Amino acid sequence: MEVFVARSRLNLIFSLFIFFSLCFRSSSSLSPSATDLQILTAERRIDLASHIIRVVLTLKVQNDGASPASDFLLAFPPAQVKHLALIQAAEVTGKKRKKYLHPLDVKTTSQAEGPNGAKLYSISLKNPLNSGGSVSIEVSYVLTQSLEPFPVEISQSEPQLVLYRDSALILSPYVIKQQTTVIRTPSTKVESFTRVKPSTQTRTELKYGPYEDQPVFSYTPILIHFENNNPFAVVEELVREIEISHWGNLQVTEHYTLVHNGAKHKGGFSRVEYQSRPTYSGVASFKHLLVKLPPRVHSVYYRDNIGNISTSHLRTGYSKSELEIEPRYPLLGGWKATFVIGYGLPLEDVLFESNDGKRYLNFSFGCPIAETLVNKITNKVVLPEGSKNPSVVIPFSVEQRAETSYSYLDIVGRPVVVLEKENVVPEHNSLFQVYYDFHPMFMLAEPLMLISVFFFLFVAALAYIHMDISIKK
Amino acid sequence: MAVAVDNLNNKPTQPVSSTLRFAFGNVLAFVILLLIGVLAFSIRLFSVIKYESVIHEFDPYFNYRVTQFLTKNGIYDFWNWFDDRTWYPLGRVIGGTVYPGLTLTAGTIWKVLQSLNIPLSVETVCVFTAPVFSAFASWAAYLLTKEVKGTGAGLTAAVLLAMVPSYISRSVAGSYDNEAVAIFALIFTFYLYVKTLNTGSLFYATLNSIAYFYMVCSWGGYTFIINLIPMHVLLCIVTGRYSSRLYIAYAPLVVLGTLLAALVPVVGFNAVMTSEHFASFLVFIVIHVVALAYYIKGILSPKMFKVAATLVVSVGLVVCCAVVAVLVAVVASSPTKGWSGRSLSLLDPTYASKYIPIIASVSEHQPPTWPSYFMDLNVLAFLVPAGIIACFSPLSDASSFVILYLVMSVYFSGVMVRLMLVLAPAACIMSGIALSEAFDVFTRSIKYYITNLSESLQIDAGDTVPGNNAAPQIDVLKNDKKEDSLKERPSRKNKKKEKEIEKPSVKSKTEKKPLVLPVEASFFALFLTVLLGGFYVVHSVWAAAEAYSAPSIVLTSHSHDGLHVFDDFREAYAWLSHNTEVDDKVASWWDYGYQTTAMANRTVIVDNNTWNNTHIATVGTAMSSPEKAAWEIFNSLDVKYVLVVFGGLVGYPSDDINKFLWMVRIGGGVFPHIKEPDYLRDGQYRIDSQATPTMLNSLMYKLSYFRFVETDGGKGYDRVRRTEIGKKHFKLTRFEEVFTTHHWMVRIYKVKPQKNRIRGKTKKSKSKTSSATPRSGTIKKNPWH
Repeated sequence: MEVFVARSRLNLIFSLFIFFSLCFRSSSSLSPSATDLQILTAERRIDLASHIIRVVLTLKVQNDGASPASDFLLAFPPAQVKHLALIQAAEVTGKKRKKYLHPLDVKTTSQAEGPNGAKLYSISLKNPLNSGGSVSIEVSYVLTQSLEPFPVEISQSEPQLVLYRDSALILSPYVIKQQTTVIRTPSTKVESFTRVKPSTQTRTELKYGPYEDQPVFSYTPILIHFENNNPFAVVEELVREIEISHWGNLQVTEHYTLVHNGAKHKGGFSRVEYQSRPTYSGVASFKHLLVKLPPRVHSVYYRDNIGNISTSHLRTGYSKSELEIEPRYPLLGGWKATFVIGYGLPLEDVLFESNDGKRYLNFSFGCPIAETLVNKITNKVVLPEGSKNPSVVIPFSVEQRAETSYSYLDIVGRPVVVLEKENVVPEHNSLFQVYYDFHPMFMLAEPLMLISVFFFLFVAALAYIHMDISIKK
Repeated sequence: MAVAVDNLNNKPTQPVSSTLRFAFGNVLAFVILLLIGVLAFSIRLFSVIKYESVIHEFDPYFNYRVTQFLTKNGIYDFWNWFDDRTWYPLGRVIGGTVYPGLTLTAGTIWKVLQSLNIPLSVETVCVFTAPVFSAFASWAAYLLTKEVKGTGAGLTAAVLLAMVPSYISRSVAGSYDNEAVAIFALIFTFYLYVKTLNTGSLFYATLNSIAYFYMVCSWGGYTFIINLIPMHVLLCIVTGRYSSRLYIAYAPLVVLGTLLAALVPVVGFNAVMTSEHFASFLVFIVIHVVALAYYIKGILSPKMFKVAATLVVSVGLVVCCAVVAVLVAVVASSPTKGWSGRSLSLLDPTYASKYIPIIASVSEHQPPTWPSYFMDLNVLAFLVPAGIIACFSPLSDASSFVILYLVMSVYFSGVMVRLMLVLAPAACIMSGIALSEAFDVFTRSIKYYITNLSESLQIDAGDTVPGNNAAPQIDVLKNDKKEDSLKERPSRKNKKKEKEIEKPSVKSKTEKKPLVLPVEASFFALFLTVLLGGFYVVHSVWAAAEAYSAPSIVLTSHSHDGLHVFDDFREAYAWLSHNTEVDDKVASWWDYGYQTTAMANRTVIVDNNTWNNTHIATVGTAMSSPEKAAWEIFNSLDVKYVLVVFGGLVGYPSDDINKFLWMVRIGGGVFPHIKEPDYLRDGQYRIDSQATPTMLNSLMYKLSYFRFVETDGGKGYDRVRRTEIGKKHFKLTRFEEVFTTHHWMVRIYKVKPQKNRIRGKTKKSKSKTSSATPRSGTIKKNPWH
């Protein structure tokens, strides 16, 4: 059944692909409908404050063609596509005070490519844009691992300098009438930046533009070399086990492999300098991490494979709980640490019953550590023994597979829904739902089993005492 | 089970109400035993509650690592495991050099739990193995004491053993060491021996061999069993207590036990080759001779027997002398006289300190002090003599065995503080017997007084209406019961002996009168005994909670602003395991070898197994050499990192500077250019301004105090030695500090790589000289090559 569904879904996707490819073949041959759009104003704000780069693009798009346009294309240079974690787009209506955002669909269009391997994404507009009409679109996207440490290795006393590469002009398949780019750096310490007139530096902001009437796919590389001592905390792999027990508890166990992904540490590590001169020594290292947990968590633990790690504080509140953890040792560039965080949650906070009698788990997807990039996340939702037909509702694409796990006295095993995703940023911390069927009778299976085992044990003991099995009579 | 059997046995002889009473007694005993098990288990959980569920100390980490290997790779790989992570570059054959009992036990428990889909980790199973087995041990103590002196004594001994501090010190949760299961195996083997002795059943004799096999698997202390039992057999023969039961108890044990023991790889042919086992074979011959003599005595007339005896004795003496002479010659030809170092230091307590500094350097191999007896045994130390006296009235085979066990273990505990552990069960059994006998006497006197009182009351009251008929009946019953129980006790003790000689019942009748004490005295004595027990309980709980629960890898201290945790060891090990290459070699003093391999998963040069003295001496020499020489040694051993433990900043006393004396002594024992007097000023190891230049230039000093002076503004005050350090400002040229933990307790240095030689004359010869010169240099300066 599922196979069939999957196949039909595949077919659907495939046919969509063909459809789009047909569309874009026409677009790449610069069909009138695509070129007729033009961007009146474009403003790009790039935030380089942490190691996760957030870009907000505000565009005003006008349709100069005769036919209405329903899609709008975004272009990214191939170097950025690899590091693109998330794109969101929204249509803006109303003026400053009464601004409304309508989220729009963003799809990859693998068939169509711009020059030099530029990758295109298409945004489906809410209403097709009529001839002569204009619309404001706000696109925000997140880039990861795009800050390149330079020098690659630093000693304990040096600050961490990084390079950021981008283009002064926004890459676009449309003509842009007027555009500006604002880049925010974490501090005023900018070693150098490529000047493309007009460009100015004011404190922590670099401003490129305004540039007028730039042709299609124009690209002017820029390089910014600046100091960034924010923690480059990257979780190389995060495995989260979310186990549902219908006896009233949700147990979450998260296995982390954390690494400092900034400039590599070279030379020795002097504790005396680290302790006595914290502002100069090991500035790029980090000690504290903040884990945001749901409210009402209980039995929180923080340990690694050689035992408990004693440096943590938990603050529980009504709206959220915060766990402040320190790895066993401060993480300097390139150093690694592994640890496990586990906690329990009352089931009524996360498990609900839908209208059609199914139960569903409503839980957050991403990594709960603040400002952390996850290279690969694996969410394993362990459903109770005896539950059937699991299905997942999730706002972005993930790899999905099914497993079976065995826990306390299981016989048939618990179905496990495994959700995998790479390149996960804090913006992915949205809720996802796992729907499944469950009959409450299964809750009694294990207690009954235990009772019967002990019953037979006692019966056997009784029988043994009352039987005479000696040979001699 | 035994309880139920007793019940059945008693049924035909006892009246109905008495049967019921016995049934209740059995249920009560069962419940009490269950509670004793719970007590033994839960009193050992203080470490988990106060700290965490973690493996403790040093050796348990090795056992844990072996168990992990076993559960991951299976039994066959385990037997063939050659461990290349330790004793670099020699390695160690783990499968053939460990006592596998503990590992196999925990591995089996883990497997069973896994097959029931109970997802406990290997670590959890290892942590709780010791408490579980101490519950088993107290049940075994119950069985053993019950064989000797009856149920009451058994229960008392079990409850004492459940919380004896000496045993707690080795079996708290997390203390995953051989002794944890070995003590259970020891007591259980003794129980089965005594059971066989009492019943003469071959079934128990076979079980006894299997229990002995388990003991051999578990601990090197099995030699205690294989020497104690022959001694007891000899004692029985000498005192004329030879019987067929003794033969059945002993002969199968030697034959089967030795065969089984030889199956354990670590023992192997030692089971027949070494002197530790010699006594058992000698007694094996003796018991056969005696058996033969008894047999011949049975078939010959007394006169003929006398003639035959003189003939055999005269011929036998000659043969014996010849055999003994050959044996002595063979044994004397080996340098250690066929004894292992540890056994020798048992026989001659001064042996180790004279010849083997490695054994002497371990604190648990030192002789104990008097306070440690009181600390570990508490009131048991006073109750033991009373128990011995109780065992002599009447003396049976079983009670003589217990006495012998006690005497031997007292001697051994006096030699090595570690063997206090063997004494503890004996002391518990003796004290259990003493307490139970005391209670017996006191309650009997009180009961006697009460019955007398009620009788006199009845006489006073005359014939009242309803109680008239019932009261005397009850009285009679009571008296009956009392007599029954009086008669019953000694008769149950040695049911078998009763058949041969009808003494005990007679004795009990004669004993009955003087054993009744005045009622006030007995009330008072009862109160005092309970108070004594109370002290014991309080002391044991205190010892379990405060003294013996620290896992020693994490330290805590209470200061005015609350609890402070020192988790530096694990910080360092975690750093090593995540931030160094997998194949890097780490050198440290051997104490930290097991922990480094288990927690950091890095190859170490020496570890706590201490089997190769020369290798340890090499590390000791490196630590006590100046920087350059040490660097050469470490380079020749491929060492990448050097780990030292330093307590000077926070006042952690058992750090490497305090162990330095042993590094010098062991190093100097093999490499004579390390001379202990060079490090001593006025016969003391000093690190202050009075220290010798050799000391101040030694690698250990430098690695410990590198940049230490900057922590307290130029003073360099060492809080362990309570002094300012001698040499404050110095640089390291061949070592580089790569990590120091938060409280400076562990410092890790990288051995700098060899410098490139570019001062060669011609370009061609450059490569040649660079590879050849350092090697020739090391040959000159390294005496260990």
